[in-house]
Amino acid sequence: MTETPVTGAASQAGKGLLYQGADWNFHIIRDCYAAIEEIAEKELGLNVFPNRIEVITSEQMLDVYTTNGMPVSYSHWSYGKRFAGHENAYRRGLMGLAYEVVINSNPCISYLMEENSATMQALVIAHAAFGHNHFFKNNRLFQEWTDPSQILNYLEFARGYISRCEETHGLEAVERILDAAHALQGQGVNRHSGSRRIDLKGEQERARERRAWEDRSFNDLWRTLPPVNEPETEPDGAKSAIRRQFGLPEENILYFLEKHAPRLAPWEREIIRIVRLIAQYFYPQPQLKLMNEGCATWVHDRIMTRLHELGRIDDAAYMETIHSTTNVITQFGYDQGSTSFNPYALGFAMMKDIARICTDPTDEDRRWSPDIAGNNDPLGTLRHAWAEYRDESFVLQFLSPRVMRDFRMFRLLDDTRDPYLLVDAIHDEAGYRDIRRTVAASYDPSAWYAEIEIVDVDTYGDRTLRLEHRTRQGQLLAENDMKLTLKGLADLWGYRVILQEIDAPSGRLLATHEAIAHN
Amino acid sequence: MDIIDRRSNPHGKNIENRRRALERARDAVQKAVREAVASGKLREAGQGNAVSIPADALHEPGFHRVFSTGERHIVLSGNHQFSRGDRLRRPPAGEGGGGGGSGQASDEGGGEDSYRFLLSRDEFLDLFFGDLELPDLVKREIAATETTAPSRAGLSNDGSPSQLDMGRTMRYSMARRIGLGRPKPEELKEIEARITELEETRPLSDVNAEELEALRERRGALRQRLNRIPWVDPVDLRYRRFAPTPKPSTRAVMFCIMDVSGSMTERMKDLAKQFFLLLHVFLEKRYKTLDVVFIRHAETAEEVDEETFFTDPRTGGTVVSTALAEMLRVQRARYPMQQWNIYVAQASDGDNSPSDTPRTAELLEQEILPLVQYYAYIEVMGSGAVIRGDTDLWRVYREISERQSHLAIRQVSDRKEIFPVFRELFARRTTEQAGRV
Repeated sequence: MTETPVTGAASQAGKGLLYQGADWNFHIIRDCYAAIEEIAEKELGLNVFPNRIEVITSEQMLDVYTTNGMPVSYSHWSYGKRFAGHENAYRRGLMGLAYEVVINSNPCISYLMEENSATMQALVIAHAAFGHNHFFKNNRLFQEWTDPSQILNYLEFARGYISRCEETHGLEAVERILDAAHALQGQGVNRHSGSRRIDLKGEQERARERRAWEDRSFNDLWRTLPPVNEPETEPDGAKSAIRRQFGLPEENILYFLEKHAPRLAPWEREIIRIVRLIAQYFYPQPQLKLMNEGCATWVHDRIMTRLHELGRIDDAAYMETIHSTTNVITQFGYDQGSTSFNPYALGFAMMKDIARICTDPTDEDRRWSPDIAGNNDPLGTLRHAWAEYRDESFVLQFLSPRVMRDFRMFRLLDDTRDPYLLVDAIHDEAGYRDIRRTVAASYDPSAWYAEIEIVDVDTYGDRTLRLEHRTRQGQLLAENDMKLTLKGLADLWGYRVILQEIDAPSGRLLATHEAIAHN
Repeated sequence: MDIIDRRSNPHGKNIENRRRALERARDAVQKAVREAVASGKLREAGQGNAVSIPADALHEPGFHRVFSTGERHIVLSGNHQFSRGDRLRRPPAGEGGGGGGSGQASDEGGGEDSYRFLLSRDEFLDLFFGDLELPDLVKREIAATETTAPSRAGLSNDGSPSQLDMGRTMRYSMARRIGLGRPKPEELKEIEARITELEETRPLSDVNAEELEALRERRGALRQRLNRIPWVDPVDLRYRRFAPTPKPSTRAVMFCIMDVSGSMTERMKDLAKQFFLLLHVFLEKRYKTLDVVFIRHAETAEEVDEETFFTDPRTGGTVVSTALAEMLRVQRARYPMQQWNIYVAQASDGDNSPSDTPRTAELLEQEILPLVQYYAYIEVMGSGAVIRGDTDLWRVYREISERQSHLAIRQVSDRKEIFPVFRELFARRTTEQAGRV
């Protein structure tokens, strides 16, 4: 009897192999997709954006890498630098390319490398087109911060807008703004004042209308009017009025510059806005890396196992799957040079562990996770976790003693006054909570982003802009970088900028830095 | 779900970005390129190569904190032997004790210390010779020889099939077909179908019989018309036409003259070779056709091939004028000065038999210098750096060079000096140039 692929059937059991061997073609991809989709939707209950699968070459993959996985981006030297770095590492064999890259967009685009074997194509479809896709669509942080249906159009608009600016105002002028704005990318997001999902489509309309209005209302005569001398006196007690007027304190420096920098031209503001909006789009990703990869890896592992159980892939393909999954989820120990957790490893281990706790809990699990232990709904529990948590809260909630033991976690206290590092917690009853708290804290975005706010503008004097950095445990800003960034900030603001570093608990002033505008 | 095959899409989206990165780091890249050459890898370097530049040339700053004082906790994996309270030796500074996520890497540029760029040959040479130019380009115009190169010149009615302009041909063809009312094949097919249908209808009514007759007639007419008005007629054909356009192309010949007498050590020859190579690459970049003539001399001079020139040792005394005479002979025989830019590079240790020096000076100043664009004399010195007076040759050449600006003389004693000397010789002298022309 010959085995031919069958598609579109309601149940897959006994339907025969989807493919054999390593070669793939577009029919095989379609068949695999259909089989995977059935499992993903019917068995796992995943809810995904429509999928678009694009097959690309390794060279194109290098391009995709360069622009953070985005298919389009504006031109900037920093992308060239990244490209040269990747290309070089790849050509010298220092780095392999990912089997896929997936974009948080609607439709969700997955890039598949042409070099992949048939099994790898099936695996990455399960991983990206269903695992990541489900996560993008359902996680609250992504829902609140990003607009997946418009991002590609917006990037297209950004590229067009910036290249028009380059034609009109020159490469150098545009690069100056982009460089300074890129340096402030980390300070271009409203973290605390609630989420604001931005209508990216409306953005393009807005810019277009404003340009049209400028064109219509252009009148060269305005230029010839003599400047009005406004009385410049500072009334007493005007400080709070200024703070209100400028919305101070403001953590989103790019937003502040776009709205209030006195000497920027409209196109310069628009470029700052573009950098800001793109930074905001990427803002959730590092906070969700662990869960996102854990979710995708768990999903592909589950789906491929099911395909094998249903007889849709042969033993060789399943072995290849296991081999590849194992490679991805390898966690090296500290003595092998690893200084952080592999998000695939820890994420996958936690997902698997949650499923285990739901179906087959131990007494320890009942004590640690009474709310999910033995509820016999692993899928529902996981889907809930994927939707409602971010890495930090996820670890705090779900990192179980079992996983800590499996990873042989231990905690070091690094006190610079001591000549040694102290082991102050290991994976035992006394240490679990400490370790869990510290792992969770390392995924807290406030651990990566410096807390810098604009606190004052001297509107009546020399227009000095004042910023404050509230330091964490004596961690000052890296000096060279800070100076360069501050200089760029002063250029954008157009006047003097002062940055004070303040010890958060005591309010003690630690350092003051200053930069003046270049022109 | 859609599957899209993007493999045939244009590649190289990042070429522009890469160019901008190179442009931004131009100074650093240029320095790296020149160091690569100075360390003696010219041959490979000229083929295009990887250069590493320090990371701060392309550094992207940002606000980020560094841990310098205070306390922090780090969780690591892979505990095999520690218990609570164990103390570990602090890893050496710079390693940072690991942990703490990312963000510490670029402190003092520690994380990414350099970038490698793979440069193409053209990029490499562009950067390498960036601010150099050929001295005395005046003759370049005079000596330009007329060669022709094909260039697009509109369309023509005949030509080779490979040059057929399909788009235009079809446009003309369509216009003609519409203009002459060529019936559409579909129309004919329809009629034929109807005819077949009627023919198969039995019995045939009168009306239908009439229709059949009319249709047959129409079919005949259509067929005739279709045959008479071809789909593509020779009058439609348009070919891309190329006309030969005269193009000034410049030619240059480079004479390499080297002393191979006993007093020239291998090391000195190697220095000279470096210089010749540089000059060769440089000229090659500027001229479409470049001939190189190798002349070596001891007591007598002869023209040799490159291999012999650099490798075959000879011994004996030194008579420089023989080489100059040989150069003149070759030049007269093969490279008339009206058609060639002539460059001469001479390398020697400065020894010459005393009686020959006046003759050398005379040949150089009276006969050779008027012919050439540029004459570079490199005197290679022994490694011992023995302090010694000017050599005979040096003294005489210096005298001449004071009168003749296109004779340049330099002394070189170390490999590292080759490129600086070379740069000095060919550095852009805009003001001087402008003043002279």
